[in-house]
Amino acid sequence: MFSWDLLLGAVLLGVLLGCFYAAVSVGLSISFGLLDVPQVAHPAFLVLASYGVYLLNDSFDIDPLLAGFLISPLFFLLGLVTYRLYYETFEKRGSDAGVRGIAFFFGIAFIVEVLIILYFGVDQRSVSASYIGKAWRIGNMRIPIRQLVAFAVALLLTVSLAVYLSKTFMGRAIRAVAQDEEGLRLMGANPVWIKQFAFGIATAVVAVAGALLIIIAPVEPTLDRVYIGRTFCVVVMAGLGSITGTLAAAIILGVAESIVLTMFGASWAPAISFALLLGVLAVRPQGLLGR
Amino acid sequence: MTPSIASEGSLLRIDALTKSFGGFVALDNISVEVRKGERFGLIGPNGSGKTTLVNCISGVLRPNKGVVLFRDEDITPLPPNQRARRGIARSFQIPRPFKSMTVMENLMVALDFAAGHNVLEPASHRRGTAMSILTRMGLASKADEATATLTQVELRKMELARAMATGPKLLVSDEAMAGLSTSEVDEVLDLLMSLAGEDIAIIMIEHIMQAVMRFSDRVMCLDAGKIIAIGSPTEVMANLRVQEAYLGT
Amino acid sequence: MNRNNIAFWSGAVVFLAAVLVMTRTIGNEYPFFAGYVILQFVVLSVAWSILGGYAGYVNFGTNAFFGVGVYTAVLLVEEFGAPLGVQIAVAALVGSLLGLGVGLLTMRMRGIFFSIATIALAIIIETSVTNWRFVGGAAGIQLQRPAVMPPFDSYVKMLFFVQALLVVIAVATTRAIQNSRIGRGLQALRDDELAAECTGVPTLRLKLLACAISGALISAGGAPAAMYLQYADPSSAFNLNYSISVLAMSLIGGTAHWVGPVLGAILLGVTQQLLAVTISSEVNVLVLGIMLVVFVVAAPKGIIGLLRRWSPLRAKDRS
Repeated sequence: MFSWDLLLGAVLLGVLLGCFYAAVSVGLSISFGLLDVPQVAHPAFLVLASYGVYLLNDSFDIDPLLAGFLISPLFFLLGLVTYRLYYETFEKRGSDAGVRGIAFFFGIAFIVEVLIILYFGVDQRSVSASYIGKAWRIGNMRIPIRQLVAFAVALLLTVSLAVYLSKTFMGRAIRAVAQDEEGLRLMGANPVWIKQFAFGIATAVVAVAGALLIIIAPVEPTLDRVYIGRTFCVVVMAGLGSITGTLAAAIILGVAESIVLTMFGASWAPAISFALLLGVLAVRPQGLLGR
Repeated sequence: MTPSIASEGSLLRIDALTKSFGGFVALDNISVEVRKGERFGLIGPNGSGKTTLVNCISGVLRPNKGVVLFRDEDITPLPPNQRARRGIARSFQIPRPFKSMTVMENLMVALDFAAGHNVLEPASHRRGTAMSILTRMGLASKADEATATLTQVELRKMELARAMATGPKLLVSDEAMAGLSTSEVDEVLDLLMSLAGEDIAIIMIEHIMQAVMRFSDRVMCLDAGKIIAIGSPTEVMANLRVQEAYLGT
Repeated sequence: MNRNNIAFWSGAVVFLAAVLVMTRTIGNEYPFFAGYVILQFVVLSVAWSILGGYAGYVNFGTNAFFGVGVYTAVLLVEEFGAPLGVQIAVAALVGSLLGLGVGLLTMRMRGIFFSIATIALAIIIETSVTNWRFVGGAAGIQLQRPAVMPPFDSYVKMLFFVQALLVVIAVATTRAIQNSRIGRGLQALRDDELAAECTGVPTLRLKLLACAISGALISAGGAPAAMYLQYADPSSAFNLNYSISVLAMSLIGGTAHWVGPVLGAILLGVTQQLLAVTISSEVNVLVLGIMLVVFVVAAPKGIIGLLRRWSPLRAKDRS
C-alpha cells in the first residue's frame, strides 16, 4: 500500500507544483503583502489571463508562453487602472474603507468570473503546444514535460521579481513605500504613483502565471475560487511581502497537496490550502518567515 | 520577586515588568508605584518605552515578565476592557475617536460600558452625565457634531473627556499636548489639574518640560527601557543622566 | 411600550396578516415560489448585516451557514422525520454554534484575514459534506414533502408563510440589537476596535455574540430550503452565490439601519427573479456584481444613505 517510490514521486511533483504556485502567488505578495490592498480578485485575473492565452492559442496558434508575455502589457494597464480606482475610492477616504474595499474586489472577482462564463461557457478549455502531451521518464516516475516547463518559467519569474525588488532602484522604491510612505513622500517621490506602478507589475506577472496555469491543466471559469485559498495561503504563510518566503511557502503547499492527493484522492484537495491557511492564521499570523 | 505589601494609598503597582519584542527589550525590569490621586509625570526620550509602559498598564500589551497590580488586584491577565471597568483610563498619542459617531455618542460608549452604571438607569441620565463632562472640557457646543468637524485640540479634549466618562481612578494621558500652541497647552494642563483634584491619579506623559514641572508631584524618567531617575520634578531635572538622555552624548 | 415599538409590531402583524391573506386568495403557485426566495434573502441579508454592518466584519462564508441549515434539516428529516419547526430550531442552534466556533477561531483576525478565513471554513465544510455518504455525498439526496397542514392548501404556501415569520424574527432581533447597548458597542468596535476595548467595550464577547446570532439566523433561513426544493446537494446548498448576493443586498441597501438590508434584498431579489426568468441566471449574477461595485464606489451608504441625502430628514432616525 505505502511505497517510498510513490511518496518520492508525490514530493517531486509537489515541488514542481509548488514552484508554479509561487509564480501564481507572487503578484499577490506585492499587491496584498506589500501594498496592503485586499486583492481578492487576484485569482480571477489569473483565470482571465488563462482564457486570454487560450484565445490567442486557439485562434492564432501562438505558443501559450509567448501569449502570456504578449498579454502582460494589457494586464499591466489593468493593474494601473484597478489600483487608481481603488485608491481614489477607498484609500483616500479612510474610514469604513475596509468593508467596502473588500466588497469592491469580491464584486470585481465575480464580474470577471461571470463574464468569462458568458463569453466562453462553463466547459474546460486547454491549450496545445509542442511540449504538452509528452513526458520524461526517470526511473519509475513519469514527469510531464509541461510541468517542467511551467516549473522552469515559474522559478525564473519568481527569482527575477525578487532580484528586481532588491536590486533595482524602482524595486527598492516599491519596498520602501510599503514600509514608510511618509518618508518617501518627504524625499520627493510620489508614493501613490509608485504603488500604482507596483500594482501594475503584480498584475502583469499574473498574466504570465495565467499562461502557466492553462499549460499545466485545463481551466474552467470557477477555478478562481480554489485559487483564492492557494494564493492567500502562500502569501500569508510566507509572511506578507517576502518574495523568497513566497517560494518556500508555495513549495510547502505544493508538496502537502501532492501527498494528500496521492494518499487520499482528489476530493479532499480543494480543502488543503484552506486548512493550511486557517492553521497559519490562527497560530502564527505573521507567517513562517514574517515581515 | 519582593513580597507585595500594599502600602496605604497605593493605587497602581508595577513589579519587575519586562516587555520585549523579538530581540528588542522595550521595558527592562520596571518597578514603580503610583499612589491614589497622585500627579505622576513620565518623561524620557523617544523610544525609551513610555508608550509601551502605558500599553502594559492599560492591557493592550502583555508583559513577558512581571505583574501589574491595581488596587491590590493582579490585573496582568486581564484584557483592556476589564481594566477600563476597574478604573484605568487612557488617551492615545494620536486621538482615536469613533468616527461614525457624534461627540456625545463617543462619551456614551464609555458610559454604557465602563462607568458601572445601573443597567436600568435611563439613557437620559447618562446623557446628562456626558453633557456635564463635555461642559467641563469646553466641548458642550460640539456635543452633536461629528468628530470629523473637530480641531486638533478639540479632538485631544474629547479623548480626555471620553476617558473621564469611564469614571476612572487612574488616567493616563499620552502626550495630549503634543503639537499644541502655548495657550492650548495651558488649556489642557488646567483641565488635567482640575481632574487631579478629584482623587483621580494621573500619569502624564509629555515632552513639554514646563508642563511636567508644574503638574507633577513626582516624575519618572525612562531611557532605553530602564528607570534612570524617579523623584520630585526638581530632583529629576537636575539629574545628570536625565540631561544626558535628552541632550544625548 | 414606546411609540416606535408599537409602530414596529403593528407593522409586523399587518405584514403577516397580508401574507396569510395572499395564501388564501392567490391560486397560482408561482408568486409563492418567487416570494419565498425573496423573503429568504431578506432573512439572510438582515442576519448578515449584524456582523457585516454593525460590527464591520465581512463574513464571506454565508453559503456555509446556509448549507449547514439545509443539511441539518435534511438530517433531521431523514433520521427522525422531524417536523419543520424542529428542523428550523435545531438549524438555528447548529448555526449559532458554528458562528461561535468561527468567532473563536478568528478572534485575532481583522479585516480581510477574517473574510478569507470565512471562505476557508466554508470550503472545508462544503468539502466535508460532499464526502459524506450518509447525506448523499456529491450526488445529493431526494426528500419527500410531508402532508400539508391546514390552513394552507399547498406546501409552498406554507413555506412562504414560515419564511415570512422568519423575516419578522430576524428583523426584530436585528432591530433590538441596533437599538441597544450591544448595537452601540458593535459600532464602536467597527470604528476602532482598540479604542473601544480601552473604553470598556468587551469586544471579544460582542464579536462572539454577533457571530452566533448572525449564524443562527442564516442557518434558520436555510433550513426550509430542503423542503422547498425537495432535494439537497452540496453544490447548490453551499452555492457561493448566496455569499455574494447577501453581501450585495446588504451593502447596496445600506448597513447603518436594519431597513437597508430589507430594501436591498427586496430590490435585488425581485431583479434576480426577473432576470433569471427572462434572460439567464448568469446575467443575473453579473448584474449583481456590477451593482455591488457601483454602489460600493458611488453610494457607500447604500440606498438608505441616498434616501437620507435626498429628503430633508431628521438627523437621528426613528427605528
